Amino acid sequence: MNAVLSWPVERPKVFLLVATAIWIALYALLVPASEAIVAVLPVDRESHLGSALQFFFYDTPKVLLLLTGVVFVMGLVNSYFTPERTRALLSGRTGGLGNVLAASLGVVTPFCSCSAVPLFIGFVQAGIPLGITFSFLIAAPMVNEVALALLLALFGWKIALLYLVLGLAVAIVSGWVIGWLRMEAHLEDWVRNLARAQAGVTAGSTTLAQRVQAALAAVCDIVGRVWPYVIAGIAIGAAIHGYVPQDFMASLMGREAWWSVPAAVLIGVPMYANAAGIIPIVEALLAKGAALGTVLAFMMSVIALSLPEMVILRKVLKPRLIAVFAGVVATGILIVGYVFNAVL
Amino acid sequence: MKDIKVLGTGCANCRATVQRIEEAARAKGVEIELTKVEDMPSIVGYGVMATPGVVVDGKVVHAGGVPRREVIETWLA
Repeated sequence: MNAVLSWPVERPKVFLLVATAIWIALYALLVPASEAIVAVLPVDRESHLGSALQFFFYDTPKVLLLLTGVVFVMGLVNSYFTPERTRALLSGRTGGLGNVLAASLGVVTPFCSCSAVPLFIGFVQAGIPLGITFSFLIAAPMVNEVALALLLALFGWKIALLYLVLGLAVAIVSGWVIGWLRMEAHLEDWVRNLARAQAGVTAGSTTLAQRVQAALAAVCDIVGRVWPYVIAGIAIGAAIHGYVPQDFMASLMGREAWWSVPAAVLIGVPMYANAAGIIPIVEALLAKGAALGTVLAFMMSVIALSLPEMVILRKVLKPRLIAVFAGVVATGILIVGYVFNAVL
Repeated sequence: MKDIKVLGTGCANCRATVQRIEEAARAKGVEIELTKVEDMPSIVGYGVMATPGVVVDGKVVHAGGVPRREVIETWLA
C-alpha cells in the first residue's frame, strides 16, 4: 500500500483531526460556492430552469458531504458493535426493555439486508425471543446512516431526529406486538430444529487505526454505491422544484386527503428505491404542498418494507409470520403518518 | 492445498470476495480449492451471522463484508 493511502491508519488521531477540519471548511464553503456557480450560469435565477439548477447545485455537494461525514462516523460507531457483541447483549433479555435495546442496537450494528437471514438465525439460536429479534430487524434497515444523512441534509436536524425517534418507536412496538402474538410456531421447521448455540463474544481488541480503516472502507463502499442514486434523486427533485406548480401536491398528498397516508404506504412497499434516491424527491414533494405525515409514511414504507427483503425472510419465516410482520409494521407506519398530519 | 469456502447467498459482496480470493491465490501461486456455499442451512451451520463468510480448512476466519487483500494473504500463507 502506498504512503498516501496508509497514513490515516498509521496516524489515526492526526487523520481524524485533519479530516474533521477539512470537512468543516468544505461545509462552510457550500453556500457561497453554489451561489457563485449559479450566478455564472447564463440563466435567469427566477426562471424554472434557474430555480431547478440552483436546487441541484446547492443540494448535490451538500448531500454528498453530509453523507460522507455521517457514513464515516457511523462506520466508527459500527466498529464497536459487531453482530456477535449485539447478540451477546441481547441474549437473556425479555419484555419491553429488550425491544427498546434491540431497536437501538439495530441502529448502531452494521447491517446489510443480504445478511438478514444468518443474523436472524444467530439471534434465534442464542434464545433471543422472536419479538426482540424483530425489533432489531425492523430498526436496522429503517434507521440507517444513508437515510439519516439525507434527512439531515435536505430537511434539517429536527426532521432527521424525528425520523430516528419514530423509526425506533415503530420497531419497538411492532417487535413487542409480534412477541405478544407468540408466533414461534411460524418459523420454518429447519430453523426451529437448529441446535441452541451459546452467545459469546469472540472478537479480539480493536485498535483506533482498525476502526478508522473500517470507517474509511464503509465510506468507499456506501458512498461509492449510492452516489448515482443521490444525483438522480436530486435531479428529479430539482425538476419538481423548478417545474411543478406550487401546491400541486396539496390535493394529492395534502393533509385533507385522508386516503393519502394508506396510499403512500401501499405505493411505498413494492418500491425498492434506496433512501438515497427517494429522499430528495420526497423533499421536493413536501415543498409543493404534500403533508409531512404522508411523506414520512411513504419514506418509511419504502425503506423499511420491501418485497426483496420479504423474499429473503421467506427462507426462515412461514407465510403467516411474514404477513403479520408486514401488517404490523405497515400499521405502525400508518399511525405515524396520521398522527403527524393531525398534530402538525 | 488450502480448502477455502465462501459462505453467502450470492450477493454482490460474496461474488467480490470469491474473485478477490482467486486473484490473491493466483498472484501468490498458492493452490486452493475454492467452493461457494450458498444454501442457508449450511451457511448458518458455520455459525456466522453476517455474509460473506470465509472458512479456511474448516475454520471460520471472516464474516461480514469483503475481506481486504492483506487479510486474504494471511490466510494463504
